[in-house]
Amino acid sequence: MEPLKVVSSRTVVVPLANVDTDQIIPARFLTTTTKEGLGKQLFADWRYLPDGSPNPAFILNQPAAQGCQVLVAGRNFGCGSSREHAPWALVDYGIRAVISTEIADIFRSNALKNGLLPVIVDEATAAWLIGHPGAQVTIDLASATLALPTGTSVVFPIEAFARHCLLNGVDELGYLQSHLADIERYEAAH
Amino acid sequence: MAASTLFDKVWKAHEVVPETAATPAVLYIDLHLVHEVTSPQAFSVLRSSKLPVRRTDRTLATMDHSTPTTTDQVFGNVPIRVDAAARQVRQLEQNAAEFGVELFGMRDARRGIVHVISPELGASRPGMTIVCGDSHTSTHGAFGALAFGIGSTEVGHVLATQCLLQRKPKSFAINVEGRLPPGVTAKDLILAIIGKVGVSGGTGHVFEYRGSTIRGLSMDERMTICNMSIEAGARAGMVAPDEVTFAYLSGKPRAPQGARWDESLARWKTLVSDPEAAFDLSIDIDAAALEPMITYGTNPGMVVPIGGAIPKSGDAIHDKALGYMGFSGGDAMLGKPVNTVFIGSCTNGRLEDLEAAASVLKGRKVASGVHLLIVPGSQKIKRDAEAAGLADVFRAAGADWRESGCSMCLGMNGDTVGAGQYSLSTSNRNFEGRQGVGARTLLASPLTAAASAVRGRITDPREFL
Repeated sequence: MEPLKVVSSRTVVVPLANVDTDQIIPARFLTTTTKEGLGKQLFADWRYLPDGSPNPAFILNQPAAQGCQVLVAGRNFGCGSSREHAPWALVDYGIRAVISTEIADIFRSNALKNGLLPVIVDEATAAWLIGHPGAQVTIDLASATLALPTGTSVVFPIEAFARHCLLNGVDELGYLQSHLADIERYEAAH
Repeated sequence: MAASTLFDKVWKAHEVVPETAATPAVLYIDLHLVHEVTSPQAFSVLRSSKLPVRRTDRTLATMDHSTPTTTDQVFGNVPIRVDAAARQVRQLEQNAAEFGVELFGMRDARRGIVHVISPELGASRPGMTIVCGDSHTSTHGAFGALAFGIGSTEVGHVLATQCLLQRKPKSFAINVEGRLPPGVTAKDLILAIIGKVGVSGGTGHVFEYRGSTIRGLSMDERMTICNMSIEAGARAGMVAPDEVTFAYLSGKPRAPQGARWDESLARWKTLVSDPEAAFDLSIDIDAAALEPMITYGTNPGMVVPIGGAIPKSGDAIHDKALGYMGFSGGDAMLGKPVNTVFIGSCTNGRLEDLEAAASVLKGRKVASGVHLLIVPGSQKIKRDAEAAGLADVFRAAGADWRESGCSMCLGMNGDTVGAGQYSLSTSNRNFEGRQGVGARTLLASPLTAAASAVRGRITDPREFL
């Protein structure tokens, strides 16, 4: 995996709470056997009209959203199904970080394994971001800080090992395999 | 030694390497359940890294999510109508053969929804760690196992190493006391719990369902409860094993036998939270005060007693949900029309759920214009329901009785609800579009589903008791 250190981008805001993984990518697209190319199905039922044309009312179809790598969302983003297709679709589309006051457990775990930063912030920071779509923000993973254009900088929580892996491009599977002797010892004892 | 919860005990027993500030625990996984939708990318990683499946004896695969439920597609000569689903099925067959993984394939008599077949085989047992690339893996917690859903990358980790990197979650006691009133089921109880905790109230926690009400539930009912833990944000939910658990497991094909059964039983009996054990969070629920519950919105926490009205107070989320559902604040739920009724899924597709539905449908007809789809959770349940005469009741009532699978719980196998249609469903998610583009889902119990199918509108099942 490519190391990830800094994400600096304008934000696109989906202010809804409880955006579930069925909205991020509907189940009918899960019949794929690869991870590639899911970006075009990101938020499919909000992004496209029944005839398949772009829904002009949805934020991702508006000019201001083009090129944004940071998604700001309402609380409890990514709830529901464990489908890793959700972060695959976001990353394939070009999103590198999701900011919310709360991010669902399985989605957060899946995101970290795909170079998508889950950034959990306090209510006031989230309210400011939701009120200022398109704000230019910088997320620095080494210091775990989110810098706003106001000059304010907030620290966000991130699991230490996941951060280490992202910063250094470490593959978690390789790390697990380095514990093979421990695994064999455990299996012998149980 | 400090007092421990059930969860603490199961976690501790599976630490290959304990967690530190810098690194998560390496946690051993006793049973890995695999299905066709979330595994192809994981097998691809193994293939490209030239890695074998480390413990094929701890890995069990089946196909359920994208498989069709009509008999002609499963057992006849009719090809699977959804092309991509057919490819996914073939891919799993190929992966299982190549890596030596046991597969209950399309026509296997043991096939079914992954969370239904493992318990009925006796493969899900107390004290185990169980994972699957599916969030409803929490179901197996009903046996006192630590069971949770994982993503496809982690499916690859478990296939290759039989381990996962995990931070230890916090604990959350759900204390339920009192007797459930007639017509109020395990499904109503878990919907009420989700309504109270909220859809993210359990995030970062493992639930333990405790109290006299839980002790009085059957295994089928406990599985319904644990299944929906994820809908409150908790990755796992557990029930301490007891005589009900042991009686269920005794004699099951993969349960230990003879002397090994006795040894297992002695160990399983220690799997309870110590009386002094502390939980990070807890709530108390009075079961006797509960009523049949039904959802009105677009997440499982938007739920009211069936005789109640949709809350009026509106924030943006509430208003968007009501707009999608075509409802207004203040509307009564009773009497609203339904177009489709779905009885099935890993939440409510077990034999007791079908018996409950049959108790209402016996001698009655599905209302004109309503499609009642009944899908057993496994082929075994299908056979058992046919032997018990339940299928005859369903057919006589005008219901559509199918082969097992996830079916209409999620619209990816050909079983879908039309745009704008109302679906009263015994499944677990009422998210926008979950059952089909534009579908409007109302979650409730099998009793409520059957009663509403008969009347063609939302009906209190207690009218049929």
